[in-house]
Amino acid sequence: METAVIPEELQTYWERLECGFPRVELVFPECMREALATLSSKGVDAYIEHARFLGKMGRGAEPILIFLEEWPAVAGTLGEDTLPGIMEFIRRMGKSPNGKAITPFLQSLPVTARRLQTREQLSDYLAIALDLMERTTGSVHGIHQTFPSPGLPEMFKRIPVLLAQLSLGGLKNWVDYGVRYYEDHPDRQIDYFSLQSSDSLAVLQRERHGTLLVDNERKLDMYLRGLWRDGDLLIPYSTGFDELRQPIPYYDKLGIRLPDVYSDARGIPGIDRYRAALAHIVGHRRWTAAIFADNFSPFQRMATEFFEDSRVEHLAMREYPGLRRIFMALHPIPDEHACDSEKESGVRHRLTMMSRAILDPNHPYKSPHIIEFAQRFHDFLRQSDSNTQEMADMAISFVAKTRRQSDQLAKTHFKDTVIDYRDDNRHMWKFIEEGDEEEAFDEERKMEPGEEPKGLPPRHYHEWDYNTHSYRPDWVSVYEALHPQGNAADIDRLLAKHAGLAKRLKKMLDLLKPQDKVRIRYQEEGSELDLDIAVRSLIDYKSGATPDPRINMSHRNDGRNIAVMILLDLSESLNEKAAGCDQTILELSQEAVSLLAWAIEKLGDPFAIAGFYSNTRHDVRYLHIKGYSEHWDDEVKGRLAAMEASYSTRMGAAMRHASHYLEKQQADKKLMLILTDGEPADIDSKDGRILIEDARQAVKELDQQGIYTYCINLDPKADEYVADIFGKQYTIIDRVESLPERLPQLFISLTK
Amino acid sequence: MTKNSIDQYKVRKEPFYQAQGKEVKLYEAAYAARLPVMVKGPTGCGKSRFIEYMAWKLNKPLITVACNEDMTASDLVGRYLLDANGTRWLDGPLTTAARIGAICYLDEIVEARQDTTVVIHPLTDHRRTLPLDKKGELIEAHADFQLVISYNPGYQSLLKDLKQSTKQRFTAFDFDYPEAAVETEILCKETGMDSDLSAKLVKIGTTARNLKGHGLDEGISTRLLVYAATLIKGGVEPRDACRMALVRPITDDADIRDTLDHAIDAVFA
Repeated sequence: METAVIPEELQTYWERLECGFPRVELVFPECMREALATLSSKGVDAYIEHARFLGKMGRGAEPILIFLEEWPAVAGTLGEDTLPGIMEFIRRMGKSPNGKAITPFLQSLPVTARRLQTREQLSDYLAIALDLMERTTGSVHGIHQTFPSPGLPEMFKRIPVLLAQLSLGGLKNWVDYGVRYYEDHPDRQIDYFSLQSSDSLAVLQRERHGTLLVDNERKLDMYLRGLWRDGDLLIPYSTGFDELRQPIPYYDKLGIRLPDVYSDARGIPGIDRYRAALAHIVGHRRWTAAIFADNFSPFQRMATEFFEDSRVEHLAMREYPGLRRIFMALHPIPDEHACDSEKESGVRHRLTMMSRAILDPNHPYKSPHIIEFAQRFHDFLRQSDSNTQEMADMAISFVAKTRRQSDQLAKTHFKDTVIDYRDDNRHMWKFIEEGDEEEAFDEERKMEPGEEPKGLPPRHYHEWDYNTHSYRPDWVSVYEALHPQGNAADIDRLLAKHAGLAKRLKKMLDLLKPQDKVRIRYQEEGSELDLDIAVRSLIDYKSGATPDPRINMSHRNDGRNIAVMILLDLSESLNEKAAGCDQTILELSQEAVSLLAWAIEKLGDPFAIAGFYSNTRHDVRYLHIKGYSEHWDDEVKGRLAAMEASYSTRMGAAMRHASHYLEKQQADKKLMLILTDGEPADIDSKDGRILIEDARQAVKELDQQGIYTYCINLDPKADEYVADIFGKQYTIIDRVESLPERLPQLFISLTK
Repeated sequence: MTKNSIDQYKVRKEPFYQAQGKEVKLYEAAYAARLPVMVKGPTGCGKSRFIEYMAWKLNKPLITVACNEDMTASDLVGRYLLDANGTRWLDGPLTTAARIGAICYLDEIVEARQDTTVVIHPLTDHRRTLPLDKKGELIEAHADFQLVISYNPGYQSLLKDLKQSTKQRFTAFDFDYPEAAVETEILCKETGMDSDLSAKLVKIGTTARNLKGHGLDEGISTRLLVYAATLIKGGVEPRDACRMALVRPITDDADIRDTLDHAIDAVFA
């Protein structure tokens, strides 16, 4: 291997480095010169000293090489005094089994430095990394750390992507999540920290900085409707993971596609960037008529698009002059001489300058063509709205006048030519070929004839994690289906069996029925004179005493307006025989629910019935038994009769799903009755507390939606958890055989 | 009743009213036949102003009653009051109008209880009488008497609608916020603001009206636009005036507020 000669003046430094790696010797002179030029003398000393340490660490030449090469630049951004902190962190990695992570860490350092900028941020970042290391480094007997952290090197490799999208707070949450769930699962941990797993991406998405489209959909919808009298579905696309080809906004017949997040840029907040993009798109929808593309060259098409973009923006600004500020801020200003026309193609560069010149009357450009065409553009637009065809003509003559030999070069000048709020103009072109009638038959069918959709697609719900006080995003999949049919006569028989009870219930129900008008007496202001009191007052008055002025009465409407949702736990345990009788809990529940349904139907309150069971978070079943629009008829009874019990109880997800139906009901009071026989549990949840806490959180959410939840629990040992979930809103029924009687009574007293 | 007490109901100064169509002619025709009139339209679009203007034009007294849900039939017709010597009858506004031959204008009639609206029935058909059953008197309406009601169908509530039997006693005008050009002119004339600025205000108004039914019960009314223009005339910065007079009063919804604020920024470049 060849060795470089260390120049005389650097010899002392080289000796102090005490490094025997030939590869280091090769690059040393150059690195040292850079260090001498940028670092202070104290900094140079520290540079040599720490490099020496890295060389002696026994991790090969990589660490010292990277350090020598990168540190001067990093010190330039972060300051020399950050070095001790970084070295301390490296030392700790070296002492633990995580030596392998040192190289990726050092490699990521320049990017990290560029992203973080300040010293404080760097120390926060190091703290996050250290935390990750300590929590994921495994040990066999709990004393010595023996296994390296699987996630740490992966995170360092991904840090450019992570820091581009997350603030440090977001990074911390993202790391926390990974550590918490994959602490004892090395392979999954690697997947998570290398951004391979879907929940890793989901949490990343949740923690991103910037303005998320999902959070602002309503606002943007109103923007379209209010300012533009337009409206369409806004569909986000992900911008996080396509580094090379960033997708750009577009619209088609399915809706308007926008990036899922816009961070603030050039002084324009994310929401206004969305509005700019929408204004541009609406401009096209209003004023652009598609023209035939077949006769244009690619350059001519590109130029036409630029001119047309400028035209619709001009017209939009005519409508709302305030848009100019936003467009001006977002539109790049390419430097007139940035493009070397000998070596690269300047087409984009020229057109962007043209577009800027049209937008900005005080543009800095001197090119006579640009000035001339900007003038022509404004002349056109002064007279009328112009149209796409005129823009195309102007674009063709612009291309003809400014054409250069170098335009054909493969290397295109891109700097400052991306106008990111504009769409891709796919709607602007039509093609003669596409209209051929024969081809119309070949369009692909989405669904083969005879094929039927199998069930509804799942709905995903968050689940609450009490450890971190945060939701696990889209954690549970709920599949909804119609409950299979059974024999309705069975239910009628059950009702007949309880005829006596039904009669007693009926009496109670009659008392409950809305008594529409109620008189309110003793009103100062009222609709009618209350004669008794008026006479008494008059007598008082005439006899010189102070009369009571409250001599009127008025009426109040007293109606019932309650929507009810009955949610039945259909888990396996329902198949057990109830203590003290020979019926299963399932049969008793059937009887009870039938009676309750009969009673509610008599009262006339709208109500729905559904059952649920779960088999891990990927398969929560929600069985529809009765909907709000259905009546208590044979079809519903049939479904109730076919009720079966299996699997487990993931209550939170079922409640959330049920609530989205109940929420849509128009009623003053909304009541969700949950009939269950045990605590929430599922086989994929080892920590029994999690599902209880999740259910409790679901109750809270429902409460915020104005839904009153009430639990009827058949588990005599329920005291341990039911109050945690439902607060005071529960009843435990010890003697299960009394359920048919108790349930309707409970309902009646709840809604009295 | 003395001439003096009649005079107090006269509209003395000509109110500014910008006709949107043929409504002035049509009203005059209705009045000539003494047909009852109903004016419909969203809040702040100029219903009351129109009636006031017509009363001035016809030189008739105008008695306006703002209806509310606590209003009873006796609030319209009159009632016995207790005084030291026993009881005394006091005419209600409707009775007064029928006696002196005024135009009686019941504003926002749907707000009144349904049984209240029934008392106007005998006055609105060929009988033109008002029975005061408590007093035992039957009033023949004065020859100049006319009944006008206003009604905002925008509430769209099942409970707040007029009975068919009431509706079908009236001829009706449908009012709406005027065309942009007309509304601009109204702002100019009413407040003396220049037409450029007025057009901008109208544009913001249109934005909010587009959002009606999507979180807004009612768009920005002409009345609010006049308020904004008045504030601007008074030296308030236009954006502040718009936020204060146009946006804050009509919504508490953060998203709508944000959108309308943006519209203001977009219009006032």
